[in-house]
Amino acid sequence: MEETKEVQQNTKKLSFKSLLIENIKYRTLLTKKYVEKKPYVRQDIKKVTAFIPGTIKKIYVKKGKRVKEGEKMLILEAMKMKNDILSPINGTIKEVNVKEGARVTKNEILIEFR
Amino acid sequence: MGLKQKTADLKKRMREAVKGGGSKAIEKQKAIGKKTARERILSILDPKSFHENDLFVEHAGRDFDMDKKYLPGDGVVTGTGTINGHPVCIYAQDFTVAGGSLGWAHAKKIIKIMDHALKMKVPIIGINDSGGARIQEGVNALAGYGEIFYRNTLSSGVIPQISVILGPCAGGAVYSPALTDFVFVVDKVSKMFITGPEVIKTVLGEEISMEELGGARVHSEITGNSHFFALSEEECFGQIKELFSYIPWNNEKKAENFPKKPPRARQFNIDEIMPADPRQPYDVRDVIRSITDDSEFFEIQELFAANIVIGFARIAGQTAGFIANQPLVMAGVLDVDSSDKAARFIRYCDAFNIPLVTLVDLPGYLPGIDQEHAGVIRHGAKVLYAYSEATVPKITVIMRKAYGGGYIAMCSHHLRADFVCAWPTAEIAVMGPEGAANIIFRNEIKNAENPDEMRKQKIKEYKSKFANPYVAAAYGYIDAVIEPKETRSFLVHSLDVSSLKVDRMPKKKHGIPPF
Repeated sequence: MEETKEVQQNTKKLSFKSLLIENIKYRTLLTKKYVEKKPYVRQDIKKVTAFIPGTIKKIYVKKGKRVKEGEKMLILEAMKMKNDILSPINGTIKEVNVKEGARVTKNEILIEFR
Repeated sequence: MGLKQKTADLKKRMREAVKGGGSKAIEKQKAIGKKTARERILSILDPKSFHENDLFVEHAGRDFDMDKKYLPGDGVVTGTGTINGHPVCIYAQDFTVAGGSLGWAHAKKIIKIMDHALKMKVPIIGINDSGGARIQEGVNALAGYGEIFYRNTLSSGVIPQISVILGPCAGGAVYSPALTDFVFVVDKVSKMFITGPEVIKTVLGEEISMEELGGARVHSEITGNSHFFALSEEECFGQIKELFSYIPWNNEKKAENFPKKPPRARQFNIDEIMPADPRQPYDVRDVIRSITDDSEFFEIQELFAANIVIGFARIAGQTAGFIANQPLVMAGVLDVDSSDKAARFIRYCDAFNIPLVTLVDLPGYLPGIDQEHAGVIRHGAKVLYAYSEATVPKITVIMRKAYGGGYIAMCSHHLRADFVCAWPTAEIAVMGPEGAANIIFRNEIKNAENPDEMRKQKIKEYKSKFANPYVAAAYGYIDAVIEPKETRSFLVHSLDVSSLKVDRMPKKKHGIPPF
């Protein structure tokens, strides 16, 4: 009996949180993965991001330039491959956030449209 | 030369070969808490049972001056021995010899012992401690890995394959453990990754330590690549020996029977473990221990996706594989990781003739963008596939909540469970009462003078009508409603009367599971 109590006391010491599933609040522990998960970010078509970490080899556009959809804007070198980064839309460039030779991380914003 | 001299010569050759990389390299190995390859083998096998093969194999490198080098045993120790008196094949990479790197002769030794294991139908244990491919041997090193992977796949589901990671295991080398049944890791000793921190830094500019990238804890908690986590090599060897007490020697055998023992009922009283309120947590492992022989439970992947519990235990002396929702963690939901964990274990048990016992108490699937985008559909489908495909005896106990898709997935009669029982506390319904009442009585609630009051009343109505095991029992979807304390005898009986079960899937080459 004493040992049963011990088990229950151990359970009491844990820091329970509540988890809502189908309108029912459950008292439970959360996993590290769940607590540390990144919130979802909606993609913004006006922000061109690095799809892979790498180096900016060449930049063809600058602030204020009007570009057409499919126009080459810069070269991002990663994994020994030179990737042409093309404009996703017809638009005017608001800001170029990188310089030639810069190392960029994944999802870093490279170019913003107006 | 007479026999005496020839014997002396043999002994001298053997002494040279077993020195491995020499005393300096061995010292280095020991300084970081690692044993030598031979010590490891001797720690796992029964005393005096190890017989070594291929001690005098010489390496095959001919380029880059490698032909001038002597690499004892080419960096791997292989042979046969016994565990608990039963035969096994084993190999251990020797990090003290050329960093345990894999050349063609090294690979050939491993391939030879793997072929032997498959032919003899005995388990194979691989101890990994290697810097990776021996670059000087070029494509021959790759060929060696490929031949090992192919044999891992052939042996899968025929003989037990155990991988023990006791050092680095990087690049191509990681795929052999990944293809085997169980992977053992030791804290601060095991390191597994495809591309190491150096490469990641030069290519991607991201900095991370080996431990953070692919240490034992990472693979036990985050990736799910490992199944057993230990703090020392000794603890790890103990876990391996314990595992071998639960599993059969090949897919045509059953696990060894042990003398029956009752559970330690004073410590694990089944009537006192579960709170009646379905929203309150408890540790489902206490329920398992209240049912099993001597309240023993050998848990697998304890630290990964803890919202589902899997492992082996014995019931009346016979091994059973347990799969149980864990209300203590994430309310016991099914999600991407817990589905993967459960499905693979179900397939393991099915391949090796181990009956399945499923304990059900789950609110359903975890909602979330991350879950949907991570493919919870195809991951969740693995559980359905694995249960449906399994032809071993399948016994299900519904303890509390069994809502919606979760009810179907957790080895319901519809997936051909052989025995399904429910406790009186079971709630088998299409969804939780709160959600269901909101949908069914939407208009009544909306049009009521006091919607909150009406909602409460309707939830109560739904609860009293559906939040019980008797609706499912009325349709014959469960076979019996039993008191919790009758669970062990229900399982003992179900296992007894299903010992002759023969069930087959339609003839096919193989299915296409949602991997």
